[in-house]
Amino acid sequence: MQSELEVRRDMSTAAEFAVRRPDTSLFKRPRISEDVIRLFLLFCGVLSIFTTISIVIVLGRESLLFFQSGLVSLGEFFTTTRWQPQAGEFGILPLLNSTLMTSGAAMLLALPLGLGAAIYLSEYAPPRVRATLKPILEILAGIPTVVYGYFALTFMTPLLRALLGQDNVQIYNTASAGLVMGIMILPTISSMSEDALSAVPRSLREASYGLGATRFETIIKVILPAALSGIIASFILGVSRAVGETMIVALAAGAGPNFTFNPFVAAETMTGHIARISGGDLSYNSVDYNSLFAIGLTLFVLTLALNLISRTITKRFREVYS
Amino acid sequence: MSNMSDLDHFRRNLRVRHLRGTIWQRFFWLSTVVALLALVALFYNVANQAFGYVAEQYEVDPATLAPNGDIAALDNDALVGVLVANKPRKIAVYIRDNLSVVDASQFTTLPLAQALAGRNVPAELADKTIRELSQDEEAQLLATNLSHEQLVQLVDTEVVGAQILESWDLTTSLFQRDSLEVLAKEQYPQAKFYFRSWINFNFLINPGSSTPNEAGIRTALLGSLWVIGITVLFAFPIGVGAAIYLEEYASRSRINQIIETNVRNLAGVPSIIYGLLGLAIFVRALEFVTDGRTLLAAGLTMGLLILPVIIINAQEALRAVPSSIREASFGMGATKWQTVWHQVLPAAMPGILTGTILAMSRAIGETAPLIVIGASTFIVFDPNGPLSKFTALPIQIYQWTSRPQDQFRDIAAAAIIVLLALLLLLNASAIFLRQRYQRKLQA
Repeated sequence: MQSELEVRRDMSTAAEFAVRRPDTSLFKRPRISEDVIRLFLLFCGVLSIFTTISIVIVLGRESLLFFQSGLVSLGEFFTTTRWQPQAGEFGILPLLNSTLMTSGAAMLLALPLGLGAAIYLSEYAPPRVRATLKPILEILAGIPTVVYGYFALTFMTPLLRALLGQDNVQIYNTASAGLVMGIMILPTISSMSEDALSAVPRSLREASYGLGATRFETIIKVILPAALSGIIASFILGVSRAVGETMIVALAAGAGPNFTFNPFVAAETMTGHIARISGGDLSYNSVDYNSLFAIGLTLFVLTLALNLISRTITKRFREVYS
Repeated sequence: MSNMSDLDHFRRNLRVRHLRGTIWQRFFWLSTVVALLALVALFYNVANQAFGYVAEQYEVDPATLAPNGDIAALDNDALVGVLVANKPRKIAVYIRDNLSVVDASQFTTLPLAQALAGRNVPAELADKTIRELSQDEEAQLLATNLSHEQLVQLVDTEVVGAQILESWDLTTSLFQRDSLEVLAKEQYPQAKFYFRSWINFNFLINPGSSTPNEAGIRTALLGSLWVIGITVLFAFPIGVGAAIYLEEYASRSRINQIIETNVRNLAGVPSIIYGLLGLAIFVRALEFVTDGRTLLAAGLTMGLLILPVIIINAQEALRAVPSSIREASFGMGATKWQTVWHQVLPAAMPGILTGTILAMSRAIGETAPLIVIGASTFIVFDPNGPLSKFTALPIQIYQWTSRPQDQFRDIAAAAIIVLLALLLLLNASAIFLRQRYQRKLQA
């Protein structure tokens, strides 16, 4: 179908032709190359759908093989608390629990500090300070996670052991991994929250000042509630990143599933487990191989749900300023 | 009367409110400072481990083997002579480890024509097994088949046996130098005590090794560069193509909305899931194409990983091109593709390139997918094509950090410095590109 522009163009050139050569056709000359190129570009676009479908198919198929092998039912998978493939026990709870504990520790650090830094940068900092500090925080976001893992193992763990006693904190523990993960997520939360805070129009702030509120009261009672959807979305995105993070926990949280609520002992997370098992000798079609995909599917569903919730909150509850 | 007490009450309340505001302001400022301190701590920690005093000891002093201890100056025959003189019983082992093409269990029983098939074996020895060879014949095999570099490496590890007995970090080395020296003299009287930067020229050149003293990142660095090359080759055209389709050709229909939402969802999927995807598809299902756990499979997997990022970024760049350019092009009679190729794409290219470079810097640091794909745990030869087994820089860092010995932390820190320097280079070039073209567009 031709766009209006194309039709008009054709008509004007056609009009000229019609004046000089009345027997010329007015239709656009067909160009096959255009259609071929368009098809190729469509294929590129569709490739992204192919990726998603592949993820679902691959994870689904291997997980199905895993559950069909009869070793463990879906219910047992999600409720038993021991993961010992040699003994035939496949309860994901230890891994899931450890993931949630490290993510929890991460958010405990990243939430207040990230939001605090965001508020400072958007409300209190002079423009030049803001212009210098924002890129520096971005650097934190760009450091590879394996470097964070190194940091957790060689700095954070000895620090925790020095502070809380060598007997109380093991060399591999979820607390140090969680805290370093928090440092890693901090820039995400801080930059997204800062965008949300900066988007609140000045008229709201000035109205608040006009009524006699202090700067702090304005922030707490006017700006924060207005930017809340963006801030909550950033938190949920942070949790999603923490859940999916592998290298920090692979290096610092320990090797070996362990269902415990003590953050100072070793406990492997879902991602750490996948990394450890696939790093060793792995034969295809073994139960170990298939169980990896079952864990992967759980991880995928969890992070997808979190991302969708985050996006819905942003879209649905975003304040519309007239 | 009541007005006065109201005013007092108001003033007192105001002071409290201001005080509360000041306290919280301090807290917000403190949060920013803590974040910055964490960054400083991270860099300090890496630098701390990467430099420092070491106590090094030789099994055999290289000065006794070659003038000035320069083993590399000896020729192949001299090197083999050193090996024979110091480790006469291990020559057969060296032949097996470096030249054998069969399983270790069969090496001693098969004739050399099979066990060393493809190597330089003199005709009179072809039918003998390794056990029937004389010392001279073994030495000859070694001298003719191993490269100079390999022989130097062998002499270094097997004969000289330089061992780092202990290493200290930078702060101790700088501030407690004297007491350290005394301590080292007491505990390791034979050892050489010197300041070592774990990141040095040899570190960059040497291949991986199981001794921290000699390990280098050459194989890992080359592996990383190969992987990122394949990644960009795969992801850039497809990503930009998808973005062009979504921005220029697609109508606001249902399917295209789905594609767009889909791309955004994919950007948030954890990288290890991409690793599992790559394992199942590129390593297993497409083994006839990728040959298993190779650079090609790794490159394709990382390509899928950064594809959503490239698409989103390219879309933004295309959107930023003013529509007047497109309309002018149509007005001159150009077709859609002519407009895109000659007008829109060149205008959007700086933005697209910047985004691609940033995506590349993210891909270089990714470790989890490569672990799942199956980066080799111990590789000492350089990659020679997309179908070779591989290792990558972040994988090497991961492996070294997981080892218990202290010196592996030191070289891990050195490797981290190299990785960060690489990332700095990439990001700096992206920022530079952005600055240059922003000025151009504005001018």
